[in-house]
Amino acid sequence: MVLKSADHFHDGPLTDVEVRRIRNDFPILDQQVNGNALVYLDSGATSQKPVSVMEAEQEFYEQRNSAVHRGAHTLAVAATDVFEDARATVAAFIGAAENELVWTANATAGLNLIAYSFGNASVGDVPAEARQFAVGPGDEVLVTEMEHHANLVPWQELCRRTGATLTFIPIMEDGLLDMEAAAALFTSRTKVFAFTHVSNVTGVINPVVELTRMAHDVGALVVLDACQSAPHLVLDVKALDVDFAVFSGHKMLAPTGIGAVYGRAELLDAMPPFLTGGSMITTVTMERAGYLPSPQRFEAGTQAISQAAAFAAAVNYLSETGMERIHQWESALGQRMVAGLEDIPGIRVLGPSAGTARAGLAAFEVDGVHAHDVGQFLDASGIAVRVGHHCAQPLHRRLGLSASTRASTYLYNTTDEVDAFLTAVAGVRPYFGITGA
Amino acid sequence: MSALDSLYQQIILEQAKTRTGADLADDQLQGLHLPAGVGQCHQLNPVCGDEITLRVETAGTGSGRAVSGIHWAGDGCSISMASASILSELVVGLGAGEVQGLIDSFREVMRSRGKLEADEEVLGDAAALSGVSKFPARVKCAMLAWVAAEDALNQTG
Ligand SMILES: Cc1ncc(COP(=O)(O)O)c(C=O)c1O
Repeated sequence: MVLKSADHFHDGPLTDVEVRRIRNDFPILDQQVNGNALVYLDSGATSQKPVSVMEAEQEFYEQRNSAVHRGAHTLAVAATDVFEDARATVAAFIGAAENELVWTANATAGLNLIAYSFGNASVGDVPAEARQFAVGPGDEVLVTEMEHHANLVPWQELCRRTGATLTFIPIMEDGLLDMEAAAALFTSRTKVFAFTHVSNVTGVINPVVELTRMAHDVGALVVLDACQSAPHLVLDVKALDVDFAVFSGHKMLAPTGIGAVYGRAELLDAMPPFLTGGSMITTVTMERAGYLPSPQRFEAGTQAISQAAAFAAAVNYLSETGMERIHQWESALGQRMVAGLEDIPGIRVLGPSAGTARAGLAAFEVDGVHAHDVGQFLDASGIAVRVGHHCAQPLHRRLGLSASTRASTYLYNTTDEVDAFLTAVAGVRPYFGITGA
Repeated sequence: MSALDSLYQQIILEQAKTRTGADLADDQLQGLHLPAGVGQCHQLNPVCGDEITLRVETAGTGSGRAVSGIHWAGDGCSISMASASILSELVVGLGAGEVQGLIDSFREVMRSRGKLEADEEVLGDAAALSGVSKFPARVKCAMLAWVAAEDALNQTG
């Protein structure tokens, strides 16, 4: 693993003392909800924001707000600098070069950008360099059974438009990918392999290097959904060797409205654009247009500039804290959560059992009580969790459920909070009058 | 009573287990070849996955028709299941117009954000669901069966 600079000064997971200091940077955490101290365990859905991130956005509007890449006035230059510096910062955070990072609205927009660009390479008059992205009848787009809808539906649509076939790697009872089945699914027909780094439901961390090698061996392009990994562990896209990776700012301390697509430079420069219009062209005549190289080629229209500035502040905050340390801290919280849940009668944790590696989150089923009621009960104690299918209906169906309750941690959660959550969960079945194991 | 206890009143927890009317057979879920006077509707709350298929059987014709049976199949939280159960107990035997009136008053209470308390004389056990209106995220759960019943009833007219 690549160590970020701050990791050289500290080793091991964050400590409870440090986490309490970190919490001071997140004003929202210091509040009462329904008469109890807020316990925010829904960072898998969206994270809270430190003061430095909010200040970065405000500072931009107070000092530098202007359009970027247009106009010659001083503010426009300052805004462009902020915007491009932010790109370099976020790119470096994942081990990419700055021309390899495209801003998008969020991960969903990023995955659609890739799927639609592949689609644009599949129909009509396609330049030679773009044919490598084409899919059509007889080709396969491979995904997994654990995908978030954002990394499933765009591929279903690509297949529907082009006549390609969608196939998927099944998961096993413990939530892990069935690697034996996977081996047989990579064939010369596989043109695209899109999969998640970390499951937002089971917390399973997929073996990215191994899977990517299997995909590259058959000549497939690899698209990584890094939504649940970029915020929580050291992500090095070059070491993982993926062709594309996608993530959302709002899950990693940044504001909503900004996310990013990483793509290998030679791929992004060859790929046809998705959204077209202003800011992404070279010469336009009444008949046709030429396109800028990446990343501008994929950034049509006015961009989320203040959000980009704040995204940079967010990854700086993470880097200074140390991604490896954050990862270790959250892993410990996740293990504590799973072990505690396993001890409560009538609780079934989805995914790997305690002792097996997982991200710092746990989704679970409470026998006899619907997830929506579980979430309501916990909310009365000030505990914020997510209920429902978490945008992963096929995964839930595979595990025999329609919904579950998910608690997900981040760098600002304490062991006390995990314990408060466990105590509250133990009260769910008694409250609803359900007895027995 | 805490806000939580006002939401989960004993009647509701019991009704969620009793599930009166939850006897729609698997082979009837599609709602194919419904005879005259019978309507059926499927409702899904995509946010939390609550789901119901509800069938309304009527006797008589036109505005004189009355509900003679409610049968449903569903899966969801205690609020949605209790609400379907209470509805089933409440409307059988009532005229179509009366049922529509009940649905309207129930909807009004649910949308009141805690300002209206249901009249037990009119809404019976459904009055126990009044507390739901203070939880905007749960109103859809409580309304699910009622929306299905309204649609199914309209098909019988
Ligand atoms: C694994 C995964 N992929 C994709 C997404 C979609 O992210 P967004 O809603 O920010 O586009 C999420 C967020 O819920 C996620 O957890």
